[in-house]
Order: sequence, then C-alpha cells, then structure tokens
Amino acid sequence: MNSTKYMNPYLAGFFLGLVLLATIYFTGRGLGASGAVKSAVVVSVQTVAPSHTNNAKFYKEYSEEHPGNPLNNWLVFEVVGVIIGAFLSGLISNRLNFTLEHSPKISSKTRIAGAIFGGLFFGLGAQFGRGCTSGAALSGMAVMSTGGIVTMFAIFGSAYGFAYFFRKLWL
Amino acid sequence: MGPLVPDIIGNELNFVVALFCGVGFGFVLEQAGFSTSKKLVGLFYGYDFTVLRVFFTAGVTAMIGVVVLAHFGLLDMNLVFVNPTFLWSAIVGGVIMGIGFVIGGFCPGTGICAAAIGKIDGMFFMFGTFIGVLIFAEGYPLFEGVYKAANLGNIRLYETLGISQSLFAFLLILMAVGAFWFTSLIENKVNGVKNSDPKLKRIYVLLTGVAIIVGLSAFIMPDRKEAMLKELNNNNFVASYNSEHMTSDELAFRIMDNDANIQIIDLRSQKEFDSLSLPKSTRLTLLSLFEKDANKLLSVKNKINIFIANDELTAKKGYILSKELGYGNLFVLQGGFNQFKKDIIEFAKPDKAPTRDEIDTYRFRAKAAKVIPQMIQENKLKNAGGEKKQAKRVIGGC
Repeated sequence: MNSTKYMNPYLAGFFLGLVLLATIYFTGRGLGASGAVKSAVVVSVQTVAPSHTNNAKFYKEYSEEHPGNPLNNWLVFEVVGVIIGAFLSGLISNRLNFTLEHSPKISSKTRIAGAIFGGLFFGLGAQFGRGCTSGAALSGMAVMSTGGIVTMFAIFGSAYGFAYFFRKLWL
Repeated sequence: MGPLVPDIIGNELNFVVALFCGVGFGFVLEQAGFSTSKKLVGLFYGYDFTVLRVFFTAGVTAMIGVVVLAHFGLLDMNLVFVNPTFLWSAIVGGVIMGIGFVIGGFCPGTGICAAAIGKIDGMFFMFGTFIGVLIFAEGYPLFEGVYKAANLGNIRLYETLGISQSLFAFLLILMAVGAFWFTSLIENKVNGVKNSDPKLKRIYVLLTGVAIIVGLSAFIMPDRKEAMLKELNNNNFVASYNSEHMTSDELAFRIMDNDANIQIIDLRSQKEFDSLSLPKSTRLTLLSLFEKDANKLLSVKNKINIFIANDELTAKKGYILSKELGYGNLFVLQGGFNQFKKDIIEFAKPDKAPTRDEIDTYRFRAKAAKVIPQMIQENKLKNAGGEKKQAKRVIGGC
C-alpha cells in the first residue's frame, strides 16, 4: 500500500500554530524537544557516575534549577507525546516502516555517520541556544523573544552557509 | 485568565497536558512530512520549502494568537515564559545547530518524529543529540563564559528594535508572506515546474490577502495596557469618569464590623503599606492590575473592592482601570487614605461646637480611632510570619 500524501504545508503550519498557542495558553510555556534529551543525559550520568554529578558544575546547576527527578519534567512528558503523536500519524498515513533513508549516491554507513554527527552538533548547539528549532526558534517566535528569533536566523543562516559543503550528502 | 497552570491546571495534571500537547505536536510534524530528512534539507538546496512554510505559518499563527489573547486580557504575558536572550550564546548555538541540520538532516523535534515511525537515521540522529548534550555538560566549564555572556533578560524583539508590538507583528507577517512567494518561485525553478496549478494559485492569492488583513488588524489592537495607561494620564478624563465612592466613616464601620465582604486594594508604595496597612488590604500597583494575581483577587464574587491610595485621584485611577478591565463592585475611598487618617486614625475633636449630626459622627470616630489602630496592629502581627504569595513566570525552554 502506498503511503498517503503529506498535508498541505500552510494547513499543517496553521495547526501547528494552534497547538503551540494552546500550549502557551494552558501552561505558559512553549513546545520543545532538546530539553528532554538533556533530562535523559542527566539521568544517565547520574546512574552511571553518581559522584560525578555531585561535583561537575553543569549537573549541579541543573539540579538547582530542576529539583527532583530529571525525568519528572514537563518536556519529557511532552516528548513522550510527540513519539505517540508521530506514531499515530505514521499509522494512519501508512508510513510506519523500518527504513534508513539516504541519497542513492551515499552509502548507508555514510548516512548513519552523518546522522550521528549532525545530531551531535544539534545537541551541542541547542545547549548554547537554550533550545532547539522547537524550543528556541518556534516557541521564541510565538512570544517574540529576541533570543529565540536571533537563534532562528542563526540556525537557518548557518545551514544555508554550510549547505554547499555538504551537498554530496543529499544531492 | 491564562496561563491556566498552576491554578486551574495543577502540577500533576500539567504533565498530562504536556503529553497531549506533545501528541498534537508530533502528529502535525509527521503529517507535514517532517519525518523525512529529504524533505527537511530540501529547504537548503532549494527543491522543497515545506519546512519554511510550515514553520513560518505556525510561528505567525501562534504569535497572532498570543497578541490577541493578551489584548483581550485572556493571557497574562508576565507569566508566560519568554526565552531569555544571551546574545552570543544564541548566535553560537544557532550556527552550530545549522551545521548539524545540513549534516544530519533533522532537528531534535523532527528526529524524534522520524524515529517514532521507524526511520533508522532518525534514531541515530537522536543518539548523536544525546552525545552532543553530553559533550556540552562535560565541557561546561569551558563553555560557561560564552553561555552566560551578554544577558539581555527576557526581552522581546520589538522592544530591542524600539518599535510597537503591532508594527512588529505586521512586519513579520509581511516577511512571511514575502518569503512564501519568493521561495515558491525558487522551488519551481529548481524543480523545472513551469506553470503551477491555477486553482491553487488563486487560493494562495486569497490567503495572502487574508494574512495581510490580519496583519493590519494588529494595528487596531495596540497593546491594551499602554492605551489604557495613556488615558489615565489625562486628568480631565480621570476627573470626569463616573465612579462610586465610599466615605472614611463607612469604610471604618465596615472594618470594625469585620465585614467579610470587603477587599481593600491599597495602591500606596510597599514601604507605606508595610508600615501601616488596613486589615483585609492587598497592595497592588496600577500596573499589576493587569496581571493574574489582581484578576484572581478582583473576580471573587460578592466582594466589595475599595481602592485606596494617599490621594483620591490615584485611587480613582485604580478604580477606572479595574472598571475598564471588566471588574465590578468597585469603590474609591473618598479623599484617599490621607483623609481616612485624618478622619479616623488620628481623629481629634474639633474645638468648634458640633452640630447635632456631627455629634454622632464624632462619637463614632472617637471609638474608631481607638479600635482601628488596634486592628491594624493585630493584623500586622498576624501577617508578619506569613510569606507573600506571588504568581511566578513559568520556567520553560529546552
């Protein structure tokens, strides 16, 4: 069976805007994604090396700002929702499939390496930017935050600037 | 008044709300096609601008929604998380994320969606994100300088640019519409499309019109707060505004009577309030009347709200703002708190022989002058230990 077409981008954008607006109205905060990864990192390090988290500054500041279990975090619950939502969407549109998507000109290994390194940069950058495309750029735009919009332009500007050097990965 | 957390939605329920918000978020992202890296990076190579369309439409929709909700007093922007601006860190982070975007083909939100429908590259991307955050955590002492430099606070871009919120919203909508139009030209060129569907074209022209009209309507919704405060600077307006007054004697009587229905809104300074404040009074400022704390206080049913300030004029300003904000059962203390002090707290019988009416009044005042300072003292002791509750801005962000 063929997968169904994607939604019209403007319609999808409108719905996404409504989801974001509802989130702000209900909870006073925007959407996010990378924050949940941060919780996962903190929990993992706490489990593997508990003494380290008591000494290293990053973890100390984190537990000051977020007392209690790092997984007891708004964004963690939200991201669990994202997984469910995306899965449901894939289910009704026939897109559930274990695949490794890549340009025919590169090998699977190259794509995997690209995905890992790309993720690595994104994870690192999202810490500096105090949020990723969702938490800083999109949610920041909704509340007209200077920092969020600056980050948004920096993300897209930089991606355009570097696109040429990585064109072989995609074209 | 929003946000509904933490009063109407408690902290536990908030997690359930988070789950539902996430479901909506993930569902829309996947439906839009954000679970495939090919579609995402199309943005950077000119063959598919879906990301830009979805992203900008969503941002503008939510932004207009926030402006409208705040305009009608349904959302207290002081309690909404506005991402703080640390200028250098925002730029450095954005640049690094941009590189990650073209190499990895996802961002964290879309990577999660991709992984959720079984994309193996999405799963590896998320693994990479984990490592990236770990690197930041471990190298934090090294990064901290940049991370915390140039803190501009929770500033909003129209403030940075020094323009009105309406103008900014309008410009952003124009920019979005312009970008939609321009990128579809590029897209058609790159993909070799000559003539796009005329029916679709008509719909888009229509939508552009709607977007611009919505943008223009931002101007008839100036920041309500500013507009109302401006009106208050006009003394004629304030003087001619119809208001209901309560005399010092009535207020004193109600206080002594332990009237459970009165709420005194004290607009004097914190210092004055701390040194001498009436029982059942809450200190607010004219500005804080717009906020959620005031909303909670003033919308209690069957309560009589009496505005007091040193002078009657300031008290009346509080009265007018609250009236305009839609609250009822309001009164202004006649003559202000100064009059109340003179009449009641520091009451001294005049030398002049009183008229028959005045005799009763003076008798009452003499009694009140003894009782009320006592009540003030008791109230002060009672409140001394208690901590003040104040609604705080939600801490959000990634």
